[in-house]
Amino acid sequence: MSDLTRLTAAQLADKIAKREVSSVEVTKAHLDRIEKVDGQVHAFLHVDTEGALASATAADKAIAEGKPQSVLAGVPLGLKDVLASKGLPTTCGSKILEGWIPPYDATLVTKLKEAGIPILGKTNMDEFAMGSSTEHSAYGPTHNPWDLERIPGGSGGGSSACISAFEAPMSIGSDTGGSIRQPAAVTGTVGVKPTYGGVSRYGLIALASSLDQAGPCARTVLDTALLHSVIAGYDPKDSTSINQPVPAVVEAAKLGDIKGKKIGVIKELGGEGYQAGVTARFEEAKQIIESLGAEVIEVSCPSFPYALGAYYLIQPSEASSNLAKYDGIRFGLRVGDDGTKSVEQVMSATRAAGFGSEVIRRIILGTYALSAGYYDAFYGQAQKVRTLIKRDFQSAFEKVDVLISPTAPTTAFKIGEKLDDPLAMYLNDIATIPVNLAGLPGMSLPIGLAAEDNLPVGMQIIAPAMADERLYNVGAAIERELVNKWGGHLIDQIPDLVGGK
Amino acid sequence: MSGISQDDVAHLAHLARIDIPSDQLGHYAKQLDAILHAVEQISEVAADDVPAMSHPVPMTNVFREDIPGVSLAPGQAVAGAPAVEDDRFRVPRILDEE
Repeated sequence: MSDLTRLTAAQLADKIAKREVSSVEVTKAHLDRIEKVDGQVHAFLHVDTEGALASATAADKAIAEGKPQSVLAGVPLGLKDVLASKGLPTTCGSKILEGWIPPYDATLVTKLKEAGIPILGKTNMDEFAMGSSTEHSAYGPTHNPWDLERIPGGSGGGSSACISAFEAPMSIGSDTGGSIRQPAAVTGTVGVKPTYGGVSRYGLIALASSLDQAGPCARTVLDTALLHSVIAGYDPKDSTSINQPVPAVVEAAKLGDIKGKKIGVIKELGGEGYQAGVTARFEEAKQIIESLGAEVIEVSCPSFPYALGAYYLIQPSEASSNLAKYDGIRFGLRVGDDGTKSVEQVMSATRAAGFGSEVIRRIILGTYALSAGYYDAFYGQAQKVRTLIKRDFQSAFEKVDVLISPTAPTTAFKIGEKLDDPLAMYLNDIATIPVNLAGLPGMSLPIGLAAEDNLPVGMQIIAPAMADERLYNVGAAIERELVNKWGGHLIDQIPDLVGGK
Repeated sequence: MSGISQDDVAHLAHLARIDIPSDQLGHYAKQLDAILHAVEQISEVAADDVPAMSHPVPMTNVFREDIPGVSLAPGQAVAGAPAVEDDRFRVPRILDEE
């Protein structure tokens, strides 16, 4: 039998549905692969062999009875450790939640279970999703399967690495400023941040509530769409959930026809500060788009240079408030409770011991931005810039169907390279952040390797709110051309891990 | 806009209930100062008549019928707590001595 871990989620779903292979066999193949390579990659914080095999057995039974639970029944995945999963450790990459077992499932996890999708385990991430490299995980960094000395992106580096290392055919990420799209870009995979409100946030542990959005990650556009269709939809438990039908993402991923479409290139997201190999691949992608009969138009979004500044005030402000709940009382770590100390002393000692330096930095920054006397100058002003960014998008979408840019200014950098320079780290998200500020859907699509380092480059596609299907239509059209050109997906060019370094 | 000093960091850390060791205050102050200088350019761009935006989608209050749903049992609710007594969260001393 061919290696099951090399197949796409769509191929696996088809074989499982036709009973050519069982979900148990597929799940075991991925668990074996995790056993074999995760010592090098460290994509997983927790592997749930027993639970995954039980779900796989149930999926096989449902299929045998002629009642498959969903289009992805029996296809396993990796789940980012930011989602509450009943009975499974959920740490958010933080020591403050070490050992915490949620007593409930996130709505997204409930949907995965109802869809018959086995959960292989919980994937590594920057602590509370604050970071662009997964180096801020309290449990050690994840390594990029393209080059183990490099970062897999962040915060969802575990979710991007597990699919590029063939430990899972697909995974769930969450994206507050680029944490699905930037990891996808630097690992040669596909990642989608759905429209804000398109996927329930109930049980998605909050970093910044007005920006956070969970979404699908996979190795192909179609697989990403299939997973998107399973996890999206209205949820009364999330008051910001959008009560509208899920966009027809799977149909769009199967269509891939951009003839006559208008594709806008964002003038402000490119040029200076972008690596030469990133720019070169992006220019080629533009030519491919034109060859497919679409019109490429440059559009200007003049407020975008201020997006990073606005984001690094809004996000820490919301985070400083959201993370106040980690007080050593109701869950997780408690330090110094010796019977003599007050609750405030215990709280302060617990938070100092449980939070890593990046989390502390952002809590302090957010506390500052929300302080009396600074509120108007910082948080208030950032909220106004947010309005300007939304207006820029609105006027751009009057002219074009989707917008494109490079997903990240560089390819994967070396582990440790930017760890002591928070500002340099923040610049990784310069192209992805405006999308979160405006609540729009965005995709990162692999468009080749940079000539100077042979590492993957991603292109970002952005659509208007609740027009997520446009991402998949455009993404599928470009992907088809690239697959024809390369004779396979970009991920097929990844060096083999086993017996490698 | 003003810079951020070690004393500011100590004060903010107290507000945020994080015991930052005194020998690390300078390190955080330096980094936060650099970040604030990088973001302060946003004060120049938005005119007074630009409305503030707290949320990307239009927000309305969400109501539902007042019908009891399924809740966690007390034992489940406290199962993840660091200290529990009689199905309740055990809390350190909440009053100061004086």
